Amino acid sequence: MADLNPFSAWRRLLALPNESRTKTVLVAFLVSACCAVMVSGATVVLRPIQAANRAAEEQARLSALVAGIPGMSTLLEQSGGALSTVVIDLDTGRAATEVSPATLETTLADAGNWTVLEPGEDIAGLVQRPDYAQIYLLRSEGEVSLLLLPFSGQGYNGRIDGILALKGDMHTIAGLTITGQSETPGLGARIEEPAWQASFNGVETTDDSGEIRFAVARGPASTEYEVDGITGATRTSSAMTRIIRFWLGEQGYGPLIEAVRRGEF
Amino acid sequence: MTAPSPLWSTFTDPLVRQNPVTLQILGICSALAVTTSLPTALTMAASLTTVLVLSAGVISLIRRHIPDTIRLIVQIVIVASLVIVIDQLLQAYLFEISQSLSVFVSLITTNCLVLGRTESFARLNPPGRSMVDALGNGLGYSLILCLVGALRELFGAGSLMGLQVLPLVEQGGWFTPLALMLLAPSAFFILGGLVWAIRSIWPDQAEAPDTVPPEVEEGT
Repeated sequence: MADLNPFSAWRRLLALPNESRTKTVLVAFLVSACCAVMVSGATVVLRPIQAANRAAEEQARLSALVAGIPGMSTLLEQSGGALSTVVIDLDTGRAATEVSPATLETTLADAGNWTVLEPGEDIAGLVQRPDYAQIYLLRSEGEVSLLLLPFSGQGYNGRIDGILALKGDMHTIAGLTITGQSETPGLGARIEEPAWQASFNGVETTDDSGEIRFAVARGPASTEYEVDGITGATRTSSAMTRIIRFWLGEQGYGPLIEAVRRGEF
Repeated sequence: MTAPSPLWSTFTDPLVRQNPVTLQILGICSALAVTTSLPTALTMAASLTTVLVLSAGVISLIRRHIPDTIRLIVQIVIVASLVIVIDQLLQAYLFEISQSLSVFVSLITTNCLVLGRTESFARLNPPGRSMVDALGNGLGYSLILCLVGALRELFGAGSLMGLQVLPLVEQGGWFTPLALMLLAPSAFFILGGLVWAIRSIWPDQAEAPDTVPPEVEEGT
């Protein structure tokens, strides 16, 4: 007769020889079950703290970017010292009505809110881009005086994330910061160096006809549309060119930049 | 004079004499990768010691019931889960340091030191003794890691724990940082120097040469 008492069943299990198949399977199952509970428990309990850490870091980089732009701190003081955060609809270039910064993550979890890019358009190597993006802007006297545009794209080794700052005229770069990258240390990873990022200040993105001319040069910059290339990191440099061009273009923030230029934003 | 208790020598032996890094040359990869500065070395050392002690305790507790056929898998699963938990804790409470340690925390799983101790000691000894042995080994590893980390940070950046000790030329001082110290080869040099020093003190640690050069008679 089967003994259903769990205690004696447990004792019988422990008494089984270690080589028995039942015990092997059961020990494997019990160990993995305990470990699974431990790992998922830790992940679930600690996730809110980790998310807060990441958000704080992004905020810190944002403030560092703004602080690094010449004359920005005075502008910030004049406007009350705070950037406003807006979620925009990338297709129309207008503020999104039904999505707020708080609900952006949930919205983007839905694949329906992403646009698959045609191979020809996809110069940043994204495959698909979100329909909504969170941007930061600064207004002084009713006009947009600074636009902070997060961007991402495929670098040489992996994704490059960063934020591009445009001045109020919408064709001069005020600054750039990289928030995430996995390029080759010592070569492509030098996109994180403040000295290189500082060279973006004052670079023009478009010419008078509105065509995007921005590029990371091969070697030293020779025109007002270029920044210096990074020696030994041609692939990373050209990836940066393509990523910035994509996000300034029609599929990226182009409609938004047009709207701001017309004074409609 | 009474002989030291076995528990005490289990703890003190791996600190210097039987040091896992310098004698057994275990855990070298992490010792190279995370020792560019003292804070990262300390965090890595603390994480590894915690994982080592906990996994030794757990594995020692269930040592009589681990089937021989799946013994390595069971050990690795336990070690890996502990590592993930530690990694999550670091990301939550020591975010900046976890950024600089990046993948190396997860790589504690494959640190030969951990599996080496659980396989050769914890599997055969009661929990108390296993954990003391693990603590000794962890601290021995930490000692080397901190030593290498301190040397590299001091000569590579002129600072210790982020505090400027040697005034840099850039800031008007006299010290030009040695950039090589921040690259992996310097850790090899320092580690090699340490092994050399320890084996000069205790010549019995030196391994016998694998091949002996043949004696050649002088030409007449």
